[in-house]
Amino acid sequence: MRIALLGQPNSGKSTIFNSVAGYKSVTSNFPGKTVEYTKTRVNFEGNYFELVDLPGTYSLTSFDLAELEARNYILSGEVDVVINVVDASLLSRGLELTIQLLELEIPSLLVLNMIDDAKKKGIYIDREKLEKVLGIPVVETIAVKGVGLKDVFRIAIEVGKKSQKPKPLLYRKDIEKVIDKLLSILPSELDSLGLPKRFLTVKLLEKDTYIIEKVLTKVPSFKEEIEKHQRILEKTHGKPSDLVISGERHALSMDIFERVAKVKKPKINFVERIDDFVLNKYLGYLILVFVLYAYFNFIFKIGVLIETPITSLFDQFNTFVSAHLGQTLIASILEGIVQGLSGGIGIVIPYLVPFLIGLSLLEDIGYLPRIAYLMDVFMHRIGLHGKAIIPFILGYGCNVPAIMATRILEEPRDRFITAFLATFIPCSARITIIYGLAAYFISPNAALFIFFFNILVIAIIGKILNKILPFSSPGMILEIPRYHIPSIKVVLAKTWLRMKDFIYIAWPLLIVGSIILSLLQYYKIDILLNKILTPITVWILGLPQFVGTTLIFGVLRKELSMIMLMQAAGTNDIIKVMTPEQIFVFTIFVVFYIPCVATIAVLAGEFGWKKSTVITIFSIGLASFLGFIFRLWFLFF
Amino acid sequence: MSGKITLADAPEGRMVKVINIRGGWGVRQRLSQLGIYPGDIIRVVRSGAFRGPVYIDVNGNGIAIGRGVASHIEVEEV
Repeated sequence: MRIALLGQPNSGKSTIFNSVAGYKSVTSNFPGKTVEYTKTRVNFEGNYFELVDLPGTYSLTSFDLAELEARNYILSGEVDVVINVVDASLLSRGLELTIQLLELEIPSLLVLNMIDDAKKKGIYIDREKLEKVLGIPVVETIAVKGVGLKDVFRIAIEVGKKSQKPKPLLYRKDIEKVIDKLLSILPSELDSLGLPKRFLTVKLLEKDTYIIEKVLTKVPSFKEEIEKHQRILEKTHGKPSDLVISGERHALSMDIFERVAKVKKPKINFVERIDDFVLNKYLGYLILVFVLYAYFNFIFKIGVLIETPITSLFDQFNTFVSAHLGQTLIASILEGIVQGLSGGIGIVIPYLVPFLIGLSLLEDIGYLPRIAYLMDVFMHRIGLHGKAIIPFILGYGCNVPAIMATRILEEPRDRFITAFLATFIPCSARITIIYGLAAYFISPNAALFIFFFNILVIAIIGKILNKILPFSSPGMILEIPRYHIPSIKVVLAKTWLRMKDFIYIAWPLLIVGSIILSLLQYYKIDILLNKILTPITVWILGLPQFVGTTLIFGVLRKELSMIMLMQAAGTNDIIKVMTPEQIFVFTIFVVFYIPCVATIAVLAGEFGWKKSTVITIFSIGLASFLGFIFRLWFLFF
Repeated sequence: MSGKITLADAPEGRMVKVINIRGGWGVRQRLSQLGIYPGDIIRVVRSGAFRGPVYIDVNGNGIAIGRGVASHIEVEEV
C-alpha cells in the first residue's frame, strides 16, 4: 500500500512523516521548502506501507514546480490513500485544497493538525460534523507532540483496505450546470489522460494551463468548446472563469467552516507584537544586521575554540611521523590519512556544526520569511523579489539545497538568475576556508571583508544579469508563518541530517584525496599538475606553484582546497609558506571559482548542461579576475 | 464608487474590502490560494518602508505582498 501526505505549506506534513520515518525529511518553518518528495517504508502494527511526503501545495491548480510535482504524483495512480494534513487554525483555507482533493476521487482522510493552536486562536471544530460534510474520516492531531498520530495511520490503512472513494462536493447550481454540460461532451480520447472527469472539467473551466495544454495536444478541436463554456461562466458572473471557480471553492469552504466551527475571541495576539519590532521599518533592519552579525560571530568564536588545539595536535603528530619514518611511502600515506582526518575534525566540523545549528534555529523560529519581507525592497534592485533571499541564505549552508530552493520562485528567469547568483554564495565549506585561512591567519576583519565583498560582487552581477535578461517579475506573495518555539530535538536532528552528508560523503573523500595527493607528491606527479596550472596560479594570481593541485581537489568538495593546501604545503601553519596577501588572494579565488561537482550537477539537473557550463566557466573567469585585482591592489597599496 | 484605492496605498492598521484583482491568471490564482478574493475583508497590518511589501492579515494569517502586486489589488476602506 502506498500512502501520500498532502497539505498546504507549514501544515505539519513533514513532522508527521518524520515521526514514523526517523529523520529523513527536512521540515522548516518556510512555505514551500519541501521541493522534492521523500519516501519511507513503514511497518505500523504489522502493516507494511510506503509513506510519501509531498511538497506543500496550496491548491491542485498547477502553479509552481513543487505543486505540479505533488499533483502529478497523486494523479500517477500509484497512490492508494491520501492523508490530507490541514493546519486546524487555518481550516477554512485548508479546506480549499481538500475540496479539490475530493474531486480526484482517491481514498482520503483529513488530519486536523495543530488543534491546540486552533483552540488558542479561539477556533473550536466539530470533528464529527466535518466528517459528515466531507464524507471522509477526520482525525485531530498535535504532530509535534505526537498526539493522535497512531490514529492517523490506523485509519489510513483502514481507508486503503476498503478503498472507499470519496464523492466530490457540489458547487452552486448554475456552475454545476456548466460543469455537467462540458463534462457530457468530453471527447473519449481524453480518457487516456487518466484523470477523473469532474476534476478535468473543473480544471478546464479554471484555465489550468498545464491541463488545457494536455487536452489540446490530444484533441485540438476541443478548444472552442472549452472557451465557450468558460465564457458562459464569465457572462453570468461578470469575472474571469478561473475566479468564478476558485471563488466558488472559497465560498464553499467558508460555508463548511461556518457550519462546523465555532469562533470565540482569541487570546491577545502576542506574536504580532513581536513583529512590531522585527518587521519595523527601521528597527527591523537593525535587528536583522544584529542577528546575522551575532550568528557569524558565534560560529567563529566556537570554531576557533575547537580548531586551535586540535590542529596543533595533528601537526605535532605529523612532525613526529616524518621524524621517525622519514620520506618513505608508508610515511607519506600515513601523513595523507592524518591530514584528511584532521581536516574533518579540526577544521570543518568546528565551523560546520555551529553554522548548521544556527541555520536550523533561524528556520524553525520562522525568521527566514521575515528576512524575505525585509529584503524585498533591496532584491528588487537586482530585478528579483524578497523570496529570492531564501536560496541565498540557504546557500551559506550548501549551494545544492539553495539551487533546489529556487523552485519557490514562480518565474523561470528569476529561478535562473537566483541560482546563478547563489553559486557565488560561500557555502559552509567555503566559509570554513574563509574562517580557517583569512580569519585565522590574517584577521577576523579580513574574513568579514570577504563576506561583504562577496555580497557586493553578487549584487553587481545581479544588476548586470538584470540588464541582460530584462523582465519585471510579478512580485512577492509570501505567507509569513507564526513563530514557533524550536524544539531542541528537531534542531539537533536537522543538524545531524545535514551533517551526515559531510561525514559519510565528504570526509571519506577528504581522506582519500589526502592520500592521493600524498602519493602524487611521493611520485612527484603533482609537480606536473602544478606546472600546467601555472598560468592561473602563478602568473595571474601570484601564488606559490604548489597550490595548483589543491584547486583541482576543491572542485570535488570546496573544503578539500584548504586541507589539500595544508597537505601540499606540508604544514597546517600556512603563514610559514605564504604571505598574508597570498592567503587572501587564494581565499578570494576559492570563494568564487567553479562550484563544486555536486552544485554543477544540480545546476545541470535544474537548468540543463548548457547553462550549468556557462555558470562554471563564468565563475573561473570571475575568480581569476578578482584574484588578479587584489594582487595588483596589494602590489600598489 | 467612493474611496477606491489600491492595496499599496491603503493606510496602515485599517480594515479594507477587496474589490477587484487586476493582473494575470497566475497572480489571481496565487492570491486566491492564500484566501484573498474579491469581497473579502482584510486588515493592513503594516505597509513596509522604502516601498517595501504590504503586510496583511487574512483571517488571522500573515501574508506579505510585494508592492507591485499590491498595486494591482483594488480595495475600499470599510
